[in-house]
Amino acid sequence: MLLRVDNASVRLGGRQIVDRLDFQLDAGELLVVLGPNGAGKSTLLKALAGEYKIHAGSVALAGKALKDWTGKCLARQRAVMPQRVEVNFPLTVEEIVRLGRPPEPLSKSQPILEELMALLDITHLQSRLAPGLSGGEQQRVQLARVLAQVWDTRKPVLLLLDECTSALDPAHQQQVFSLLRKLAWQRGFAVLAVAHDLNLAARFADRLLLLHEGQCHSSGEPLDVLTESALAEVYGLSARILNLEEGYPLVVPRDGRCAKDYDTLSWPGLAPQNSSCRQAS
Amino acid sequence: MVTDASGRLARGPALILMLTAALAVSVVSVTNGAYPLSAGDILGVLVGDLEDEVARMVFVDVRLPRLVLGFLVGAVLAVSGALLQGLFRNPLADPGLIGVSAGASLAAIAVIVLGGTWLGGWVDLAGNWALPIAAFAGGSGTVFLAWRIARRAGETSVATLLLAGIAINAIAGAGTGLLTFYSSDEELRSLTFWTMGSLGHAAWDDVAMAAPWLVVSLCAAPFLARPLDAFLLGEQVVGHLGYNTDWTKRITILIAGLGVGAAVAVSGLIGFVGLVVPHLVRHSLGAGHRIVIPASALAGGTLLVGADCLARVVVAPAELPIGLMMALIGGPFFLLLLLRTRVT
Repeated sequence: MLLRVDNASVRLGGRQIVDRLDFQLDAGELLVVLGPNGAGKSTLLKALAGEYKIHAGSVALAGKALKDWTGKCLARQRAVMPQRVEVNFPLTVEEIVRLGRPPEPLSKSQPILEELMALLDITHLQSRLAPGLSGGEQQRVQLARVLAQVWDTRKPVLLLLDECTSALDPAHQQQVFSLLRKLAWQRGFAVLAVAHDLNLAARFADRLLLLHEGQCHSSGEPLDVLTESALAEVYGLSARILNLEEGYPLVVPRDGRCAKDYDTLSWPGLAPQNSSCRQAS
Repeated sequence: MVTDASGRLARGPALILMLTAALAVSVVSVTNGAYPLSAGDILGVLVGDLEDEVARMVFVDVRLPRLVLGFLVGAVLAVSGALLQGLFRNPLADPGLIGVSAGASLAAIAVIVLGGTWLGGWVDLAGNWALPIAAFAGGSGTVFLAWRIARRAGETSVATLLLAGIAINAIAGAGTGLLTFYSSDEELRSLTFWTMGSLGHAAWDDVAMAAPWLVVSLCAAPFLARPLDAFLLGEQVVGHLGYNTDWTKRITILIAGLGVGAAVAVSGLIGFVGLVVPHLVRHSLGAGHRIVIPASALAGGTLLVGADCLARVVVAPAELPIGLMMALIGGPFFLLLLLRTRVT
């Protein structure tokens, strides 16, 4: 078991954000953490990344408590992609990816950088300055940087990714998640990815962990976790679930929690004159 | 000049250019002044067969310490600027931001104005060193204070450090204003000269006092290059990449505080070097600290020596304060840079 989270709680500002959470992650597994805004997904990830203190319970990586790891060793076995990384300085794409590497001769780092930039489709951007890139491009650059950090590690690797495809176009989203699954299945990476896209998660995840108010609502294979009742309870989302013949569910959302309240809304006197807008039925 | 796809200069030629400029500016600086020396005189002193005793003294006891001090101070100011800009992830950060310059000048001005009265004992005790030691203590003291305020539960908050620096700057500024208000005409003159910066009194004594701090901070800075690169991606990334975030912050503040404290103690307040030089270096050579730190040191030293030379040539035999000179050169230059980057 590469990552073992035992009854872990995280408090921020007196509030219990992650509440007695239990789960495990094996090498070779892609786990996607789902849950509505404020469910504690990012807090969980930051706690696993060492940014927040685990207030109760324990987290162990490769059998050793997280707090007993030294920074250098941890950096070789665990890489983290934060939700947002803003670069204000004129660094090139290649320089940013290289930041993931430890000090080493160019002959060693160069092939790794080139491979990763090709995998994430940023080779053509390599000498561009990062502040001028689009959000999606920057996200791919950061992912390449994160992967560079553990690319040649022989021991099992833990990847912690916080919404790593949120700014990507659909094609790149599919591409990145196929890459992540490939890394899990063929190179034995343990991948923990926080995401919002239910269908992306359903298609690629080995296992889902659905969080609700800091607690585990359900976990397991996508077909078991993504049910109409679970989505209604956790997200307040009414949706249809189609079981595709490809073997994973497809979620077709209908309405959010507040949608029915909108039916009764009206703004008398504020409607534009000679409106070509659709009238509320 | 050769540039690559990101619009930067090639490093090899740029380094040669900078070294040539440093050498040229140094030669111009030691030969020009109230007592002109020729390049032949300098060569004569260096090989030791110059007849002219006055020329020898001017070179060895006046120009050379001034050159060495100017170069070190310029280098330290530029490198401290680069370090703090990296730490704050803000290209507009300046060594003055964490309160070091304000604290140093408050202490120095206190010695100038109150040296005859309340601080008489200190002046008697420290003699000629009263002012530089006080300035150094004032500078490092304020940095330490800002850092203590920003420290909560074993972690240093960069945002709080910045805010504490602003508040300390304001308080020290008020203290300085109050002392200025109570100063006599004569005190005001030396005080003004000091707040505008000067290398005019540079002697080997000053070099001996300041050089250890300046050299130590210059030599230590490159070791922070890698963690500071990580800082450019955000504070949390520093930890993810395996560096000790808090240690990096502490050492960076310490190095910048000691360096700038020592620089201000011997040369007064000299602005703009810490802001303009790293900015220029980043845009022409790239933002990686392994390049920015040494290149800023070289360019900062060269710039200050050049400005010092101008300051004593333009109104010879009098001298302009070098801080004034720097603002005169640096201000318009920086504006030009801003306008140009906005166009492109």
